[in-house]
Amino acid sequence: MLFFESVQIALKAIVSNKLRSFLTMLGIIIGVAAVISMVSIGMGVRSNVQSSIASLGSNMLIVTPGASNTKGVRGAAGSRKTLKYEDAQAIKKHIKNIDYVSPTVSASYQIVNGHQNWNSSVMGVTPEYMGIQSLEVSAGSFITQENVDKRARVAVIGTTVATNLFGQENPIGKSIRVNNQPFRVVGLLKSKGQSSMGQDQDDTVIVPITTAMNRLMALTYVRTINVQVSSPDKMDQVEDEIEQLLRTRHKLNGKDDDFTVRNLTSLMETMTQTTTMITLLLGSIAGISLLVGGIGIMNIMMVSVTERTREIGIRKALGATFSNIMLQFLIESITVGVVGGVIGIFVGVAGAKAIAYFGNFTTVVTALPIIVSFAFSVGIGLFFGIYPARKAAKLDPIEALRYE
Amino acid sequence: MAEKDKDREVTIELRGIKKIYKMGDQEVAALAGIDLDIHKGEFAALMGPSGSGKSTLMNILGCLDRPTTGSYKLDGSEVSHLTDDELAYTRNRKIGFVFQNFNLLSKLSAVDNVALPLLYAGVGRSERTQRAMHFIEAVGLGPRADHMPSELSGGQRQRVAIARALANDPKIIMADEPTGNLDTKSTHEIMEIFEDLHAQGRTIILVTHEPEIAACASRQLLVRDGIITRDEGRGVVMDIV
Repeated sequence: MLFFESVQIALKAIVSNKLRSFLTMLGIIIGVAAVISMVSIGMGVRSNVQSSIASLGSNMLIVTPGASNTKGVRGAAGSRKTLKYEDAQAIKKHIKNIDYVSPTVSASYQIVNGHQNWNSSVMGVTPEYMGIQSLEVSAGSFITQENVDKRARVAVIGTTVATNLFGQENPIGKSIRVNNQPFRVVGLLKSKGQSSMGQDQDDTVIVPITTAMNRLMALTYVRTINVQVSSPDKMDQVEDEIEQLLRTRHKLNGKDDDFTVRNLTSLMETMTQTTTMITLLLGSIAGISLLVGGIGIMNIMMVSVTERTREIGIRKALGATFSNIMLQFLIESITVGVVGGVIGIFVGVAGAKAIAYFGNFTTVVTALPIIVSFAFSVGIGLFFGIYPARKAAKLDPIEALRYE
Repeated sequence: MAEKDKDREVTIELRGIKKIYKMGDQEVAALAGIDLDIHKGEFAALMGPSGSGKSTLMNILGCLDRPTTGSYKLDGSEVSHLTDDELAYTRNRKIGFVFQNFNLLSKLSAVDNVALPLLYAGVGRSERTQRAMHFIEAVGLGPRADHMPSELSGGQRQRVAIARALANDPKIIMADEPTGNLDTKSTHEIMEIFEDLHAQGRTIILVTHEPEIAACASRQLLVRDGIITRDEGRGVVMDIV
């Protein structure tokens, strides 16, 4: 009934004790701000990890050869020579729900243009590689199927390679030598910058896979086959189908697989789980300071009740009921929580921006920690206000009036 | 005596009121059995030395406290076993209380202090201020309605307190040594207000230990060792002990 009046009484009490009210709020402000900025750091780490995995392509399955095993001596993973270009073609032909299949090979070579030379990694790919890696060409064109079929000596180069070999010159149509074989530059890749692992993604030369396998590297096998599945819920099914197809093609008959199919989505899930844990950890440590702030509220409210014993006595003598007094003090402590929470949100968001700006961290401010920490600070105001408010409301009016 | 009072309604009826405090193993009876009838429109003064139990009696009469045993009927209904909130309601609506040390809230203006009982009666803001102003003018403090208690003299503060006691227009006004902290001039002013209120037909019960103050009342009750030992001013002087 007296809700609005109680809010006014509470606000008056808070305003009339400005410094004390502010110091009480400070605990909440620091707590809320800490939660928001800490969680924003955690979320920043998470978005970094996610984008670095996403840059590998979404809905990706990566097929790699298994470890070799020569008379019991096991080689490195991917050292087997059993994964063929034809395997990739078979996957494309026999398995449904696939957008792209892209086998790749790679090796490092000295790239030469006239007097300039540069060492870079050469990738042999099919045209699908462009779609899977979301590559774009800024000039010229990408490798075509025709190039692949004809084992053409054409190359698409990254900007780092272009700058080192051609300077400001336009490389399109020019000839470069890779491992002493002439290649015509048909395309220039749009710059992608550094990967999240610190790799220069522009330091690359892309050639048709057939050219790379037969003319450059003399390989009979491929390094990886990247498969992009059409939808996330088909991932597991396609993974199983690829495994079965390859087992049949490699005539394994129950022997150990000589290849591995990795699911990037499940890798992403694991990484997301890890970063969520980090975020929770940071958030809960900050949450402790919020709790301490709440205890600060309780402490001050206890002092306030004692100080105002006489006021409470007068109000009760004039007809204030238990709930009138309870409400008055509860609203006071909740108001401290609410105001502290709101200020804390601003400080927290500003803090997250400052950390991003000065600390070179990625911070991501999301609504959830703001809502949760605000609700928490109101809840703390309520919870830690109950005991002092009850103490006030239960005061005996005669005792309270006698209090000096 | 009973014959004589038949025409006047009894507003307060105490029967065998005892208040016993426990101090360790000892029991101390602050009130040892009080029987008392107060009639509508009566002006009664409670007198007695300190420690006599008159303040305890006043607290029970004012519904600030409950008797240990005994019956207290206020306007015919039993109030000795009401809950805290029911007592708060009774204090708010039926009784106006005036204290020796005024008991004004220092952070509220005079008019807001007067409006407090109306706040707890659930009266809306504008009506509250209007009614509070009416009573503050009635005690002659209209021009000072917005002053803080610290800006008022003792006599003025007590007038604010009386206006506050009147805010819910209760039929009974209780005052615990209302002039105890006041000079002679203020005392006269305050007593005039009480006499006016009495003339308006309100029941007034006043605790004092000054005989001149008690003389203003139409009935004088003497409390000693927790019982009423003398009851005079109603035509008969009764020495009970």
